[in-house]
Amino acid sequence: MKQFKTFKVAALTALMLGTSLTPVMAETPPNMLVIANRIDDIKTFDPAESFEFAGADVSRNVYEKLVNFDPLDLDAGFGPQLAESWEISEDGKTITFTMAEGHVFSSGNPVTAKDAEFSLRRAVLLNKTPSFILTQFGFTPENVEETIVATDDKTLVITLDQQYALSFVLNCLTATIGGIVDMETVMANEVDGDMGNAWLRTNTAGSGPYKVVEWKPNESVLMDLNPNYGGDAPAMERVIVQHIQESATQRLLLERGDIDVARNLSPEDIAGLEGVDGVKVIDELRGRLMYFSANQKVEMLADPKVLEALKYAVDYEGMANSFLKGQYTVHQAFLPLTFLGALETKPFTYDMDAAKAALAESGYPDCGPIKISVRDAQERMDIGQSLQNTWGQLGCDIELIVGTGAQTLDRYRAREHDIYLGAWGPDYPDPNTNAGTFAYNPDNSDEAGATGLLAWRNAWGIPEMSEETLAAVVENDTDARAEMYMALQEEHQQISPFGVMFQQIEQNAMGASVENFVAGGATTAVSYWVITK
Amino acid sequence: MIGRVMPIDPVLAVIGERATQAQYDETFRELGLDRPLIVQFGIYVGNVLQGDFGTSIRTGQQVADDIKRVFPATLELATLGTLIGVFLGVPLGVVAAVRRGSWIDQVSRFVGLIGYSMPIFWLGLVGLLLFYGILAWVAGPGRVGIFYQGIVEPITGMLLVDSLLRGEWAVFKDAFSHIILPASLLGYYSLAYISRMTRSFMLEQLNSEYVTTARVKGLSESTVIWKHAFRNIRIQLITVIALAYANLLEGSVLTEIIFAWPGIGQYITTSLLANDMNSVLGGTIVIGTIFVCLNIFSDLLYRFFDPRSK
Repeated sequence: MKQFKTFKVAALTALMLGTSLTPVMAETPPNMLVIANRIDDIKTFDPAESFEFAGADVSRNVYEKLVNFDPLDLDAGFGPQLAESWEISEDGKTITFTMAEGHVFSSGNPVTAKDAEFSLRRAVLLNKTPSFILTQFGFTPENVEETIVATDDKTLVITLDQQYALSFVLNCLTATIGGIVDMETVMANEVDGDMGNAWLRTNTAGSGPYKVVEWKPNESVLMDLNPNYGGDAPAMERVIVQHIQESATQRLLLERGDIDVARNLSPEDIAGLEGVDGVKVIDELRGRLMYFSANQKVEMLADPKVLEALKYAVDYEGMANSFLKGQYTVHQAFLPLTFLGALETKPFTYDMDAAKAALAESGYPDCGPIKISVRDAQERMDIGQSLQNTWGQLGCDIELIVGTGAQTLDRYRAREHDIYLGAWGPDYPDPNTNAGTFAYNPDNSDEAGATGLLAWRNAWGIPEMSEETLAAVVENDTDARAEMYMALQEEHQQISPFGVMFQQIEQNAMGASVENFVAGGATTAVSYWVITK
Repeated sequence: MIGRVMPIDPVLAVIGERATQAQYDETFRELGLDRPLIVQFGIYVGNVLQGDFGTSIRTGQQVADDIKRVFPATLELATLGTLIGVFLGVPLGVVAAVRRGSWIDQVSRFVGLIGYSMPIFWLGLVGLLLFYGILAWVAGPGRVGIFYQGIVEPITGMLLVDSLLRGEWAVFKDAFSHIILPASLLGYYSLAYISRMTRSFMLEQLNSEYVTTARVKGLSESTVIWKHAFRNIRIQLITVIALAYANLLEGSVLTEIIFAWPGIGQYITTSLLANDMNSVLGGTIVIGTIFVCLNIFSDLLYRFFDPRSK
């Protein structure tokens, strides 16, 4: 009996200890922005190497570029930032930038054309994954000293290998790789000729509104104001991005006021926030597309009528209004809405009669076995199951091959899939970013090994369409260029082995007092410096 | 070896799907994948013996540095969880055995059943909703509140210990408020196991003749239970507790995800999904070493508690 009493006392003590815990439950301070986000994709902060979503979010707030987007007017397109003006030569191959005054790195060093020269050359010389954004203009490690030149502290001259649409070049310079780094600071941290690459993986040296103070991989990124920032002082003096994997956890934190913004809420949690006081949800169209594509090496899938049947037998609205509700909208062209030349036309609706009629006209009226390669993400498996259901009604024998992202990508790049269910986001905010991969494949041979091109991965040889794609990147009349892309997309919708289905909508939930939160639309990343609360 | 022959391309995990073939080939060489598998294995083992687990392709950091950062977080959580499990589970098991068939025994069984059968992520979410979201008794996910981040210079990496050593009481209190819920959850999970095993061991002892003899001798019930019966289950309990502790050290992935706890379970799982094999291997080696160490420690305790094993 005695020991039982002891146990009861211990239990009561434990209970009292528990109830006496008084956690810190303060609201976030008015000058601090706390964000819950999945940031486990950050590998580096070096703008010459960074190519992930969460990394782009940091980079946009840390590094300024020659030209950039105004977060409060994204539709206006690029505008001056570190370059106050630019001129293009008569032959269209040389662009001369005049640097603006008053931009200073967080180290205190002023931003000069020499820094811009160093940064762009460095991106080419390091030759990391995103370097293609610059090298597509003919810059190579061998020629950068002639093609990217600062003639003085205020003037930067870049020489392209041929004439391109000016908007194409400048749009590319707004990408993360266009971030201008502090040459003096970076080179002071160079190791073994790496041009500061190792140091910049975990440190920042920019002239943007913020600097990274601390990064704990998979845990948090802490940014403080750049004390030397040349623009208007941001209201948020400190930004903390916490890695919170679970949607339900993000929602709880938001409802309790411990974070200001939750960026990865599931449709269920978004619905659960309806009517909750002090919380609002802002929808924003992003650039990510969801599509399926058919390998043209598979004889049946190379039949245009089979492709037409498959495109009709997709329950676009059904998916968008059920498990994708609020997260994706139906979109059927390879350029995301808000991009120059984006096509809004949706020629395919869920029409089983039309699908069966098309299949009957094909060489495969009974369809046949089709393997859908799909990665193990919930939304993709849901889409895969929907396709399995509706294509199954056509008589096709559908098998879902589920794997990790790396496994499915391996098969895709090796052209070993039947149908690939994938997602694609723009690399830079110009229509060529998608046209150059969905509608460009001049050499379809295996030897070409053009694994970066989606058209090649699907063994879709399109020499003529490739010419049209190339023609669009040199057209300097913006309206004419937009029309060229629209025509390209219309043709692509009808004949390509791609079935573009959805465009992503990002739903960010935040405290009601948070204003000016712009995730970046389809063209760029988030901008913390304009946020108030 | 398994990591190197998995049907996943490690190069793509490094450079992403947009890289050119030339960049792919260069990275292939940089990773040493152009060498024979046995050579790669030899180089890896040689490096590990020098404490070099390689670089994580996911975080861009040295794996050893990553592990130094994430393992203390798990160690802290699992240790507190095990302590809670032991301090509640052992008495509960003893009382349940002593009062076999009574309401306390039924409660003990029910608690054990819930602990065994409920998915831990569900319990975690419900716990967060109740104790953090509704009752506001504890702090939310993460190791420490935003106001206290970066205040304590790490010594051991375990925030509770470091804040105590540095005399940062406010940080200690906040960190304790963050850890108590996930630790209690893991503690409950251990408690369910430990209490059932304790009950079983104790029942076996209480039915022994020497216990009857002790009672006939007129010894108090407390002496019979704690000085005779309980002494004889200590060795078995050590094994059970060591196993429970080892399980928490490597098996608390879901708890770490729900509570945004940057521990080694989450680290290894995320690395595996990203095909970051250096991190997976590094983390696995650490966990394996911990298992071995716990077993050695158990054996040492056997020798201490049971003179026959000397």
